[in-house]
Amino acid sequence: MKKAFPILGLLTAALLSYALYQALVVAPTEQTMGDVQRIFYYHVPSAWTAFLLFFINFLASIQYLVRRDPKTDTIANWVVIALGVLVCIAPYAFRTLLPPGVYPSSVVTTGIAFVGLYFLIKRLFSEQQTDMLALTTAEVGVVFCTVVLVTGPLWARPVWGIWWTWDVRLTSTLVLWLIYVSYLVLRRFSSSGQTPVLAAALAVFGALDVPLVYFSIWFFRTQHPQPVVGGGGSIDPRMLRVLLINWVAFLCFAFLVCWSRYRLERTKREVEETQALEALLEPRSALR
Amino acid sequence: MNFLYAAYAATWTIHIVYLITVVRRYSHLKKEVDELNKKI
Repeated sequence: MKKAFPILGLLTAALLSYALYQALVVAPTEQTMGDVQRIFYYHVPSAWTAFLLFFINFLASIQYLVRRDPKTDTIANWVVIALGVLVCIAPYAFRTLLPPGVYPSSVVTTGIAFVGLYFLIKRLFSEQQTDMLALTTAEVGVVFCTVVLVTGPLWARPVWGIWWTWDVRLTSTLVLWLIYVSYLVLRRFSSSGQTPVLAAALAVFGALDVPLVYFSIWFFRTQHPQPVVGGGGSIDPRMLRVLLINWVAFLCFAFLVCWSRYRLERTKREVEETQALEALLEPRSALR
Repeated sequence: MNFLYAAYAATWTIHIVYLITVVRRYSHLKKEVDELNKKI
């Protein structure tokens, strides 16, 4: 796997360069906003990537909490399966309750992805590793969320005439960012043995803000533009293609950064364990 | 156009700054590993 990293790094760099070229040169210029609309090709994929990382953080945190007790773990497995079945049936049974433009099939796909990802994490990561995964995804997610909060105002200033407005979408995104920053602060500065448990609980509550951010433009009247993908809006197919290329490029980049950060965390914990062992053995060697 | 370039530049600045912090943490950790290896 170590040998694959530089190759994947080069491929991701090539993909990011290609995506940049597509965004700046190939994508058609929007008629009313002009070139500033191209910020959309970085702003939206960054937001989607941040949401995905926070979602993985949520699943990893739940697993860290429930896998401490085998009974709770079994119950959680059945709850996840039941939720998956419910999410597959409910959108068709209560189609009228869905916000306009949200297809039942998209909700079902999200439900299946949720269940699949939950069991994939369970299979690939041990209890301690889920904690490391949660920390990694929260940190990289905050970086992507920062990009969203910086590029948004840079688009808003020329288009709306203001940098920021306290509407629901923008405010809930800022709150989401603050929750995960506080999660990282807690991880960084608390040395208690209960820190991972407290952080996991905070992450579960933090993740509840993600659907609020995502669906706020459907349920509230906001200044933020309506969704152009999966929300009943329309987008030029050439623009959609460039948007998806950029998202794939950002996903690859996020995967590599998460991988590096995860390895760093794993090594750090191994070093800490060795140092603790060495500290325990030191007085004995001094007595000899 | 200035806002467009500012947004793209800001995006990469944020990512590069984060990557620099990761690399710095790596090199710090490597020093600790080397010290531990010497002791062992």
